Amino acid sequence: MSRQMIEILTNGIVETLYMTIVSTIFAYLFGIPLGVILCITDKKGICHNKIINLLVGMTVNIIRSIPFLILLVAILPLTRLLVGTTIGSTATIVPLVIAATPFVARMVESSLKEVDMGVIEAAKAMGSSSFQIIWKVLLPEAKPSLLVGCTISLATILSYSAMAGFVGGGGLGAIAINYGYYRYQADIMWITVILLVGIVQLFQEIGLRFVRKVDKR
Amino acid sequence: MYKLENLSKEFHEKENSIAAVKNVNLHIEKGEIFGIIGFSGAGKSTLVRCLNLLEVPTSGKVIFNGKNLMEISQTELRKYRQKIGMIFQSFNLLAQRNIVDNVCYPLEIAGVKKKEARKKALALLKLVGIEEKAKNYPSQLSGGQKQRVAIARALATDPDVLLCDEATSALDPITTTAILELLKEINQKLGVTIIIITHEMKVVQQICDSVAVMSEGTIVEQGAVKEIFATPESEITKRLVWDWNFDSRSMYYEEGDT
Ligand SMILES: Nc1ncnc2c1ncn2[C@@H]1O[C@H](COP(=O)(O)OP(=O)(O)O)[C@@H](O)[C@H]1O
Ligand SMILES: [Mg+2]
Repeated sequence: MSRQMIEILTNGIVETLYMTIVSTIFAYLFGIPLGVILCITDKKGICHNKIINLLVGMTVNIIRSIPFLILLVAILPLTRLLVGTTIGSTATIVPLVIAATPFVARMVESSLKEVDMGVIEAAKAMGSSSFQIIWKVLLPEAKPSLLVGCTISLATILSYSAMAGFVGGGGLGAIAINYGYYRYQADIMWITVILLVGIVQLFQEIGLRFVRKVDKR
Repeated sequence: MYKLENLSKEFHEKENSIAAVKNVNLHIEKGEIFGIIGFSGAGKSTLVRCLNLLEVPTSGKVIFNGKNLMEISQTELRKYRQKIGMIFQSFNLLAQRNIVDNVCYPLEIAGVKKKEARKKALALLKLVGIEEKAKNYPSQLSGGQKQRVAIARALATDPDVLLCDEATSALDPITTTAILELLKEINQKLGVTIIIITHEMKVVQQICDSVAVMSEGTIVEQGAVKEIFATPESEITKRLVWDWNFDSRSMYYEEGDT
């Protein structure tokens, strides 16, 4: 393989990691509060509120049901507004965050709902406020489960980022399309596939190792 | 200490409603160990959860230290809850915190400084006889040890009363006896009033001063433990006493066999 190709692939890896990690961070920034709201406003939650739960839940479901490529195209004006361009890896972060946030919100919600009701009850009995229960009980007790969810989210966002390569996104996805598809360089395509699989494996491995270390159950 | 007046709690589920607690009147004296006994489904847990308003009563008064808890604000209620300790059948410790940090939790909530909280937590762990496990996590402890931690945690904010909902029901007989002895010791040493919910006569016999017998949401009989069980009047009390005699007799035979 030529030196130039190696350079292109290295760049692709860096861009893919950049898109994936930055998007995941933003998706969690928005997704955690949404997940918390979904959990606590639920029927069995500490701040039961049917209307808010329904509103947030519906919004999340609607965005989740839009296929990623369609979402990406549909929000191009927003992307241009936010980052000034619609191509390249930074531009891809906008649709990635929008697509991943509802997914992350549901992941966070389900992690938080795994927390033992009895423990929440005990915290209440000790005089905790709702905020203290969220901050000192729900989130810390759900930490291992949240981390598992995070590795799943990373893998999902990575695969979305590769899809974005079809329509002007950067990273390994774009390389696979440009070289593997348009220039019939099947070997390049397979190399990018292997690299993508490798990155997912790496995320999983690091994530699960971390969880094992953190989980005290 | 506690005075319940015409306390009722109904649960509404779709069409049907369940009256779990009906018109309960109770007076619990400061410093006593008060038992509430009854068969499963009698409404004992609902009643005890009304005492710290984990369950909001449908009607009636919950008077704690002269204050009707039903009439105060949420903020005030949280302050009062720090004076009402509670332990549970399933211990309910924070799984991701070590033992000493579990005991520190209520102190954090109460705004106690970290260093001070830690010192107090360690002293309490010593009191309940488990200070060597301070750095362990709940998953590394036996049931009896977990309940000791839960007791230490419940005592952290110097409560006036300790509510125990089937606190020994998940434990074996020997551990049960040890935990009950600990509760008695705490009652005598610290003067904490203890309210014990149980379906086991043995528990009432071992440590309670007074007892109320509960059935189908109402208190059917109450008074000093000795009197109630020497001359049971209601059918339920008779059954409880009979079951207990039967159990102790069969235990005696089992021992005799070996
Ligand atoms: N949250 C709830 N919702 C509906 N019904 C309940 C709830 N909690 C308790 N009950 C009902 O109230 C009755 C008394 O239950 P409980 O207080 O748990 O009894 P005990 O502790 O004496 O076994 C039962 O019939 C139970 O099904
Ligand atoms: Mg019960």
